[in-house]
Amino acid sequence: MTTDTTTPAGAVPGTAAGPAPVTGAGTALETLTIAKAINRALADELAADEKVLLMGEDIGSLGGVYRVTEGLKARFGADRVVDSPLAESGIIGTSIGLALRGYRPVAEIQFDGFVFPGFNQITTQLAKMHARTRGAATVPVTIRIPYGGGIGSIEHHSESPEALFAHTAGLRVITPSNAHDAYWMTRQGIRSQDPVIIFEPKRRYWLKGEVDVSADGHRGVSAFQAQVVREGTDATIAAWGPLVPVALAAANAAAEDGRSIEVIDLRSLSPVDFDALQASVEKTGRMVVTHEAPTFGGLGGEIAARLMERSFLHLEAPILRVGGFHLPYPPSRVEEQYLPDLDRILDAVDRTFAY
Amino acid sequence: MYRLMATERRVDQEGTSLQRQGQLALWVPAVGQEGAQAGALTALREDDWIFPTYREHLFALGRGVTPGQLLALFRGVAHAGWAAEDHRMQPYTLVLAAQALHATGYAWGISRDQAGWDAERRRAEGQVVLACYGDGASSEGDIHESMVFAASYDLPVVFFCQNNQWAISVPAATQTRVPLARRAAGYGFEGVTVDGNDPLAMHAVTAWAAEQARTGAGPVLIEAHTFRGGAHTTADDPTKYRTRAEEEAWAAVDPLARLEAHLRATGAAGPDPDRFFADVATEGEELARRTREAVLTMTGDAVAPLDTVFETVYAEAHPLVAEELAWHRQWQAGFADTEVEGDRS
Repeated sequence: MTTDTTTPAGAVPGTAAGPAPVTGAGTALETLTIAKAINRALADELAADEKVLLMGEDIGSLGGVYRVTEGLKARFGADRVVDSPLAESGIIGTSIGLALRGYRPVAEIQFDGFVFPGFNQITTQLAKMHARTRGAATVPVTIRIPYGGGIGSIEHHSESPEALFAHTAGLRVITPSNAHDAYWMTRQGIRSQDPVIIFEPKRRYWLKGEVDVSADGHRGVSAFQAQVVREGTDATIAAWGPLVPVALAAANAAAEDGRSIEVIDLRSLSPVDFDALQASVEKTGRMVVTHEAPTFGGLGGEIAARLMERSFLHLEAPILRVGGFHLPYPPSRVEEQYLPDLDRILDAVDRTFAY
Repeated sequence: MYRLMATERRVDQEGTSLQRQGQLALWVPAVGQEGAQAGALTALREDDWIFPTYREHLFALGRGVTPGQLLALFRGVAHAGWAAEDHRMQPYTLVLAAQALHATGYAWGISRDQAGWDAERRRAEGQVVLACYGDGASSEGDIHESMVFAASYDLPVVFFCQNNQWAISVPAATQTRVPLARRAAGYGFEGVTVDGNDPLAMHAVTAWAAEQARTGAGPVLIEAHTFRGGAHTTADDPTKYRTRAEEEAWAAVDPLARLEAHLRATGAAGPDPDRFFADVATEGEELARRTREAVLTMTGDAVAPLDTVFETVYAEAHPLVAEELAWHRQWQAGFADTEVEGDRS
């Protein structure tokens, strides 16, 4: 079913490496926003595989509430870019049926907070289908979910529920932080034989970046690998999605104090690339994990626990977490106090040095 | 049809016995609902798809699932005992109503595959999907959403509601104020209530409904008015919530007894009806014996190890699962050494 334009998802071995140097030969760089990069990825997959179809609320004529699917209905038709009824369980449940029939549905959930009517279908049905049939049924459903806060929106439009899905065996969960990754991870996610949830950092939809859209522009990097996005020697900040730019800004600020901070973009939250994290923390001895989701029961705790098991004697300080509080996402006028920011991340970095 | 109903009932009874003897974790009796299922199944074509709940035993056996495959779920050796593609019947679903959306999505796929077909080709080669549910699950939102999607896209789905009057201990009146078939009108398609204990009526209505769906007229809802003759499951006690009188009234219209009376009255059981019914009873005993044998042999090495779950949770490699599987194998291997040492001592 897959063709040769991208590495089959999950097939790239080894631990994360930095992006290969861009040589110029064979590259095709375009400057795109994350939203446009996803749009391009969806278009390229629709064009490459007639079994791919998009479905979701308002994704057709309107092009989605964030215009991520803009123009796709006009180009590929209403049968392949389907404006569905307003029913998230229906979107996921029928996607499962379509996948059982051999289709490759890419479902959009309009906002993070709206995924829960479909949560049963995702967790009790989609996630378990391959195992419960002992591998007989594959359900390559992709679910795109804009997530995270910082956009001044109203209730249920700013949440980060990624841990709930990463906790569920059978699902893959990925989240790009830049336009290049958004393009390639979307394509690789769609081509995975497993169900893949792509959390799209909605406050970064307009972040521009260079995207290598050439056939091997993925540079051999799987969607399920982490990447070191800034090398350093004194401490590591691990982040994903919307907080990667914040982590990079914190690392730059720390550099002014003479600290060399490594930043890892996890990219994949199931699986987590623990090998990449381990290599980094054994080099630096210190780590801060940051995410917008509440720290309690969050992925930061899982990362800290695993790395303590793997790398205890390499640690100079406890692994610290900077995340949301154990609160419902607050009204947006006070969300700045809730969201991890540069100062809170730097404070945690300082504490790892003061330990 | 009678043979299918009678032999299935015998397997069903064996399921209850096996559960009572501790050989099954649970059994879900379908006694009393054989007429609804036999009538519907025989009206479908072999390549039509069935998306069941967990009480469609006659569909399963009628589609060639073996008793052992059917009972594997209840024995606790597999979540899905049979390969769906081999029988055009999905595995059982326990989170009720979820399957109706899968059925609807599958029908959507069929509809897309058949785009551009004319009526003649649809009638000859078209497929339909039977989406099973019951009076209890009719209250679930997924049934509603299934009907919305099926109607919006004119999908070839036959919604097959077996109203067996009881959702464990809650009567159908708590789920609905109107006959469930009338709900179809709200979605804009036809709904029919049928005497579910009359397999011939069920056959006729299902054949009509399948023809409608097959030829592009969109979904149809069939409400089979029937009765769960036994308990919801073997973990249940119907004496706590329903009356003897109700059970007796329904026993008087038992679908198997009715079909037998019909076959005897019309001569359709052949020149020697007693012989026919005796032969079917013998067949049922044989199938029950095979059922018992299959269940009792699903033990020891015949049970797929936990490794198979590790190996199938993802279709593609997942490092965490690989790491945990390696650990699990090492741990298990440690026990094997202990057992060997124990044997020697």
